[in-house]
Amino acid sequence: MSNGKFGIHGGQYIPETLMNAVNELEKAYNKYKNDPEFNAELTTLLNEYAGRPSLLYYAEKMTKDLGGAKIYLKREDLNHTGSHKINNVLGQVLLAKKMGKTRVIAETGAGQHGVATATAAALFGMECEVFMGEEDTKRQALNVYRMKLLGAKVHPVSSGTATLKDAVSETMREWTSRIDDTHYVLGSVMGPHPFPTIVRDFQAVISKEIKQQCLEKEGKLPDAVLACVGGGSNAMGAFYHFIENKGVRLIGCEAAGKGINTFETAATVSVGKLGIFHGMKSYFCQDEYGQIAPVYSISAGLDYPGVGPEHAHLHDIGRAEYVPVTDDEAVTAFEYLSRVEGIIPAIESSHAVAHAIKLAPTMDKEQIMVINISGRGDKDVAAIARYRGENITE
Amino acid sequence: MKVADAFKNRKAFISFITCGDPDLETTEELLLTMEQGGVDLIELGIPFSDPTAEGPVIQGASLRALSNGVTTDKVFDMVRRVRPKLNIPLVFMTYANVVFSYGIERFVSTCAEVGMNGIILPDVPFEEREEFSAVCDRFNIDFIPLIAPTSDDRISMIAKNAKGFVYCVSSLGVTGTRDSITTDIGEMVNTVRENTDVPAAVGFGISTPQQAADIAKVSDGIIIGSAIVRLIAKYGRSCAKYVYDYVVSIRSALDELK
Repeated sequence: MSNGKFGIHGGQYIPETLMNAVNELEKAYNKYKNDPEFNAELTTLLNEYAGRPSLLYYAEKMTKDLGGAKIYLKREDLNHTGSHKINNVLGQVLLAKKMGKTRVIAETGAGQHGVATATAAALFGMECEVFMGEEDTKRQALNVYRMKLLGAKVHPVSSGTATLKDAVSETMREWTSRIDDTHYVLGSVMGPHPFPTIVRDFQAVISKEIKQQCLEKEGKLPDAVLACVGGGSNAMGAFYHFIENKGVRLIGCEAAGKGINTFETAATVSVGKLGIFHGMKSYFCQDEYGQIAPVYSISAGLDYPGVGPEHAHLHDIGRAEYVPVTDDEAVTAFEYLSRVEGIIPAIESSHAVAHAIKLAPTMDKEQIMVINISGRGDKDVAAIARYRGENITE
Repeated sequence: MKVADAFKNRKAFISFITCGDPDLETTEELLLTMEQGGVDLIELGIPFSDPTAEGPVIQGASLRALSNGVTTDKVFDMVRRVRPKLNIPLVFMTYANVVFSYGIERFVSTCAEVGMNGIILPDVPFEEREEFSAVCDRFNIDFIPLIAPTSDDRISMIAKNAKGFVYCVSSLGVTGTRDSITTDIGEMVNTVRENTDVPAAVGFGISTPQQAADIAKVSDGIIIGSAIVRLIAKYGRSCAKYVYDYVVSIRSALDELK
């Protein structure tokens, strides 16, 4: 078995109890990833069920308004269940089925990955349990009900900061207690090998399509691809097929919360340092003794103290740039895209939109920028209204 | 003093407590109390913010210790003070990031300086051990490996490279007391013994004297954590006499085996 390193990052820092489970997963993945039948099945699911390929939409009004680069939006928000999460989930649940698993478990932050997993479990007739920070079950109450509607059991996690990191810890604990019939559908390009590779490969369909669509529409590759980064799955998916094209700037937009000079931030690459947590070596927000920091972002999906190991590596070698975006900037971008293009982006994706608003005017009119709209913003409307002082509930 | 000393004359009784729960003075007192009560080796937990291998009891202890301001340096200072009064081996049980962020070499050399004898890191499996174990080897600190009920074909590879003792995890899941242990411990220990002379001690889920005796019958020693930590949580700073009574009850059960 390979140990799945990306430069110095990655690896398999997990309890011995799980080692054979991840080894079994790696074996199964290596067997199926090039299997024509498996891939045909997955493609059918992605196209017929999830609605792929997703559109690459020319945002003409935004382009004119900002007066710089030609802006395209990759519309992952139009996928079934409303985000890019379904790409990975359909792949992993199909793989789990092939492995003979009958039960899936998952962590979720904003609830997008939990909803996607519950959806796939319903489709495949599998048992599903989702672990979600208690704080997030309050922030995203509608998604909790959605998961229940889909037949999943939702466990609120009250340990630690009761957010995404604690949900991941609790799902890992659950997996160590029941492995035989259970697959852990990890939602991002993180955790122990082989998860960062598996999730990247299943999300890479995003950059594969962007490349093809951009060539069709413009006859050339984009000059910059922007995506938000928490754990980093939509960004990894949007970047992957462009890594070899050195002329394409890859820009990951991290959640800076109230600012990278405050403690209320989740901008891992900006403020974190090298560490070992949740199965991987990577950058983490932590104190001088290695205690994981209680991070903060308005976006539950980016409210995570680490970043996937391949992002950490792309940062080290300078192939991708990572920039912090504050709550305020993200909320402004959320409102901007709604008003200008009639598209309500997820608050997560709004972090990428916010940076695009800054970057586009500095680029030439001939240059092309692609923003990955990783999810739809319906789930965030009530929270943003509250942020703006309007007293509405879901 | 060596980790192996714990297994020399009798079935080893290994106990675990979290440093700084409820405070470091009580931890110091407990170390002496537990040795008097018949413990052969103590695992000192350095608290970590997100202990993914622990159940609620030890998670609670870590949280209490951290909110009391316990740090790795304060734990080292505590060991430095108490070590001369203790005649049994001591090992740290903590998480990879606590050691990594301190600097592996700096951490391990300080362990050697204050008189620690081993390190257990439950989130560092065989495949990732080199970065830690190579440094431990240089400072004569045993890097103690774990095997689990799911280890199967991995047991021989892990056991052959083991130092100190092999920590046999009795059950699936996280730390915490269990009503019954269903794994065939005898078979697990035998597989270890076929591959190494290093002793095999069993932990996770043991709390009653009967369980301790049953497991010790087929192994070289038993490890108890959550049952003791629960007493500490219940009685706080006045927990020492309750922990002492409990430790004595386990010791007697083990000694009756002879």
